[in-house]
Amino acid sequence: MEYFTLFMGAVVVNNFVLTRFLGLCIFFGVSKSLSASVGMGMAVASILTVSSALAWIVYNFVLVPYDLVFLKIVVFVVLIACFVQFLEIAIKRYAPALYEMWGIYLVLIATNCVVLGVPLINASANFDFLKSIINAFGSGVGFALAIILMASLREKLQYADVPKTLQGLGIAFILAGMLALSFLGFSGMIPL
Amino acid sequence: MNYWDIFKKGIFEMNPIFRLALSLCPALAVTSTVFNALGMGLCVMVVITANNMVVSLVKNFVNPKVRVPVFITIIATIVTLIILILEAYFPSVYKELGLYLELVVVFAIILARAEVFAMKNGVIASAFDGLGMGAGFAVAMLFIGAFRELFGTGTILSGTSMALQVFPQSYNGPMIIILAPGAFMVIGLMIGMFNVIGEYQDKQAAKSKAASQLTGQRSEAV
Repeated sequence: MEYFTLFMGAVVVNNFVLTRFLGLCIFFGVSKSLSASVGMGMAVASILTVSSALAWIVYNFVLVPYDLVFLKIVVFVVLIACFVQFLEIAIKRYAPALYEMWGIYLVLIATNCVVLGVPLINASANFDFLKSIINAFGSGVGFALAIILMASLREKLQYADVPKTLQGLGIAFILAGMLALSFLGFSGMIPL
Repeated sequence: MNYWDIFKKGIFEMNPIFRLALSLCPALAVTSTVFNALGMGLCVMVVITANNMVVSLVKNFVNPKVRVPVFITIIATIVTLIILILEAYFPSVYKELGLYLELVVVFAIILARAEVFAMKNGVIASAFDGLGMGAGFAVAMLFIGAFRELFGTGTILSGTSMALQVFPQSYNGPMIIILAPGAFMVIGLMIGMFNVIGEYQDKQAAKSKAASQLTGQRSEAV
C-alpha cells in the first residue's frame, strides 16, 4: 500500500510537469504532435527508471561511503549523459528500427531536468532502492500522461480561432495553466 | 559589434524566457515572490557568465566531438561551487531555491550560449554575452515575480527587510496567481505582450526604412 501511494503521488499529485514545473522545454517543444508525444513519454519513463537505479547505486555505494555527497550533481549529470550516449550507440547497432523511432528523443533526454531531477529528489529523500525505482517510474508515467494530454489538446487547438499575438507558445502556456488547474484537484489527496 | 550591443541583445531581442522560450522551469517554479525570482535570476547570471568565460578560455583545447560532455562538466562544477557558497553564507536563499538551483546544470540557455557564442568568441566578448543573457533572464524573472506577488498577495519583496505592503491588508487577491496554474497563465499572457511589442517595433523599423528609402530616391532624382 505504501508503494502504491508513492506511485500515485508521483503520477498525479506531484505531477512533474504541472505542479513541479520540470521538463517544460520538452513539454512545450514536443507536444505539437501526438505521435511524437507518445514516443517521448515512453522514452522518458523508461530512461528515467533505469538512470535513477544507476544513480541510486552510485550514490549509496560510492558517494556516501567516501563522503563525496557534495559532488552529486557533477556525478549524476555525467552518469546520465554517459548512459544515454551508450544506449544510443547500442540501439543504433542492434535495433535500427527502434533507433529510427526513438533516436531523436534520446539526445534531448540526455540533458533534461526531469531525468536529473528525480535522482536528486531520491537522494535528498533517502529512499531505499525499491522506493527510488517506484518514484522514478511514477514520475515518468506522470510526465507521459501530461505530455500526451497536452498534445491531444493542442491538436484540437488547430481548429480554434486564437488571437494573433497569442498564437503558438502563448496559447500553449494558457492551455497548460488550465490543465494544471484540473490537476490541482488531486492535491491534498495523498500527503507526501 | 561592440560590447554594449552584445550585452543589450540578451535583454530584449533574444530574451531567454519570452523570446527564445528556453529555461522555463524556474521561470514558473520560483517566481511566486520577488525575492526568490531575483535570487534565482542572479545565480543564473553568475553561472552563465562564468561558464562562457571558461568555455572561451578552453575552447582550443577541447576536441569538438566531446565538447558537450566537457561543457556539462564545467557547468556542473560552477553550479556546485555556487550552491556551496549559498549554503554557507545565505542558507535562507538556498532553502527556498533548493532543487531548482541544482537543476541550473541542465539549463538549455547556458549550454546554448556556450555552443553558439563562447566557442567562437574571445573571453571578454563571451563575458558580456553571458552578462547580457543573464540580465535578460533576471529581468524576466523579476517581471514575472513582481506581477505574481503584487496581484497574488498585494505585497512586494515580502520576506526581506524591504517588505512593502502595496495593496491594503484587506486585499484578498486571487490565490490562483500564486499557485501553479497561475504561473502558466501569467507567462502565456506575458509572451503575448512581448509579441505585441516586438510587432510594433518591427513596424516602426519598416516605416523608418521606407521613409529613408523615399528620401534616398528623392535625393537621387534631384
